[in-house]
Amino acid sequence: MLHKHLNPRWREIKIKRFMLCNEAIARGSLEAGLDFATGYPGTPSSEVIDTLSTYHDRNFYVEWSVNEKVALENAIGASWCGLRSICVMKHVGLNVAADPFMSLAYTGVKGGLVVLSADDPFPHSSQNEQDSRRYAHAAKIPCLDPSTPQEAKDMVKYAFCLSERHEIPVMLRPTTRICHARSDIEIDDIPKESRIGKFAKDPKRWVLVPAHAKELHKKLNKKQGKIIEDLSSTPFNYSMNRGETAIISSGVASAYLRELIPDGVSFMKIGTYPIDLRKLKAFTERHKKILVIEELDPVLEEAVRMVSSSEIIGKMTGDVPLGGELNLNIVHDILEKNGISPKIRYEERDPEEGLPKRPPSLCAGCMHQPTLYAIEEVFKGDIYPSDIGCYTLSAHAIDTCLCMGSSVSIGSGISHCEERNVVVTIGDSTFMHTGIPGLINAAYNDAKMVLVILDNRTTAMTGHQPTPGTGENISGTCKELSLEAICRACGADLVETVDPYDFVAMKEALHRAKAKHGVRVIIARHPCAIIEKKRKGEEIPFEIDVKRCTKCGDCLDYGCPAIELYDIKPIINDLCNGCGICSVLCSSGAIIRREGR
Amino acid sequence: MSFDLVIVGVGGQGTILSARIIGEACIIEGRHVISAETHGMAQRGGSVENHVRIDGNLGPLVPIGGADMLISLEPLEAIRYGHYLKKDGILISNTVPIVPPTVYRAGTLYPDTDSLLLSKFNHAKICNANILATEAGNVLAANIVLIGLASPHLPFEEENLIEGIRRSVPPKTMEINMRAFELGKIHNEEMC
Repeated sequence: MLHKHLNPRWREIKIKRFMLCNEAIARGSLEAGLDFATGYPGTPSSEVIDTLSTYHDRNFYVEWSVNEKVALENAIGASWCGLRSICVMKHVGLNVAADPFMSLAYTGVKGGLVVLSADDPFPHSSQNEQDSRRYAHAAKIPCLDPSTPQEAKDMVKYAFCLSERHEIPVMLRPTTRICHARSDIEIDDIPKESRIGKFAKDPKRWVLVPAHAKELHKKLNKKQGKIIEDLSSTPFNYSMNRGETAIISSGVASAYLRELIPDGVSFMKIGTYPIDLRKLKAFTERHKKILVIEELDPVLEEAVRMVSSSEIIGKMTGDVPLGGELNLNIVHDILEKNGISPKIRYEERDPEEGLPKRPPSLCAGCMHQPTLYAIEEVFKGDIYPSDIGCYTLSAHAIDTCLCMGSSVSIGSGISHCEERNVVVTIGDSTFMHTGIPGLINAAYNDAKMVLVILDNRTTAMTGHQPTPGTGENISGTCKELSLEAICRACGADLVETVDPYDFVAMKEALHRAKAKHGVRVIIARHPCAIIEKKRKGEEIPFEIDVKRCTKCGDCLDYGCPAIELYDIKPIINDLCNGCGICSVLCSSGAIIRREGR
Repeated sequence: MSFDLVIVGVGGQGTILSARIIGEACIIEGRHVISAETHGMAQRGGSVENHVRIDGNLGPLVPIGGADMLISLEPLEAIRYGHYLKKDGILISNTVPIVPPTVYRAGTLYPDTDSLLLSKFNHAKICNANILATEAGNVLAANIVLIGLASPHLPFEEENLIEGIRRSVPPKTMEINMRAFELGKIHNEEMC
């Protein structure tokens, strides 16, 4: 029964759709009878919950939680009521959810519980390149590692069954290249009936006091062998014996290898953890030389080294890069350097050198830019701890960015050591996520700092998910939580709200805060420019009167993508959204609203 | 073997939509396809790349020196990603520059893309897609102009490519998009 949906004969008659892998994972969860879904947005994982939210008349529950820890705990609650649940996050989100995650394997689950942690090799949109497989190992939780979008969909369906069968949470660990790949995906029916949750009291399981933990840990250890046995028989692992040299691989790297590996070289693909070490040992014993090619940490390679005395080549010998992501060209070169002739040869082409770079930037009319620019003017030479969000793209007033919510506490830490003013910036969603404890701590321990909450009324960077301060949740309108009231309750000495589109008022508010003591909060509130454009339509843009322009460059320093240098004078291009901040900054009054539109 | 396509441009120009159209055409013709998209942080006005592997079902990334076609919505990006093309691969590019803010801040120069496009590529089909899209009814349809320009070199029946467009764009924009497709296609014929 466990493998019935994996039967390849079922494949032939299925309808296919061109789907993003994250959409396919959402679809697969529903086909598996999903009842309950939670998550916090984070690239590359956000589209799973986004997709679930688009199903109307749904017979399952879905929420954007305020952070990954509460997301996982909500999903645990549902699972303990017997419901099939998924909790979706990016790899660094798992750090936030690590506390429940690490103990959850002990208590185990009732309804199937899948924890999706999306890793980001390179990293494209993250602060680090940690490997979630390490977490699964540390927590003694099985982990599935897809190599294609279709396999990711098959895996999520299998994960629910495996989770229920062994009463253990299962991790699905796709990477960016899998999450954001779009492919032809097979579609199955979604069951119509839904389960009703019922919590069955069982203190020996659900109350994790030391006496119970001892026994539960024994049970958890005992489960491992049976889990490995089940995983070992899935089509997610396979091998081909074809010669004296072998390549062992996982994830997207195994897809690249299937394209490049020549006849006569053996191949093993690992898609599930814990690895079946007996099978791995048997495979390695047939080969003199083994290449291990994987992304992120040498997790596979360590396992191979544990069981094999053959010559092993991988990250630990310096042959496979320890950071970044792999691609066909890199894998091609690894094979060639190690005496394996790739099946396909690519033409040597070098990128053009010295081209102007085009890094991502804040949008024209973004509310972060005037806020940060004003901070830099009013608090010149001071210290600006910041946080995770679009604002890190700004060239102004960003001195630190470590992890979600860290700005507030790093800021208060600095304020206890430094003479200069500390002006912290954090987005509304990030503040709700993990900024609040930092503010309580700052007030409690008498820190001296200014906290500016960049309230753009959304979680912009990950695709505009709602936040608790907006009166909207994933299902529609809801209770609106007041940032002002929260900050006051956390002990802030001053709470003031200002619209940064009124640049003069923004600066005045900052001056007032500068003159006071204690923990001072300014809420800079204006909707994200992308959302506002959708709601209100286009505003009349601005232009530069060439006769009055003195070419001082102040408007260009502001850093709006709508202002560019053309020949030797600034011009305003079509990106202008009419916010008008630049017209206030221009000391010669040369920036004026366009006429006749 | 897959037909490998790379679609590049500036975040917000519609590269993801262009890749989706190709993917939908594959579904219509019952062919395997896998594509890689740029999401998240990199989208905000940055340089973006989308890879599409028609008849491909393995890794989503097109190798450097392996693309059969490069479609670029902006000329500087065509040059930036030119090394993805095979020597005999085809470049399809818009000629309208979007000057990145770094040109001002780092004091670099925006290169003479018009002559670079023609000198760097063996097979280049270029046009001012913005003018043609405006003629069709909306400058935002520049990506569809380029798909029209590329259409005779793409491995699809034209009607299936058009159905791919229909499935991917908002219904009320279909008329403009059809005109944009035709103008791109005619431009190709004029160049030949």
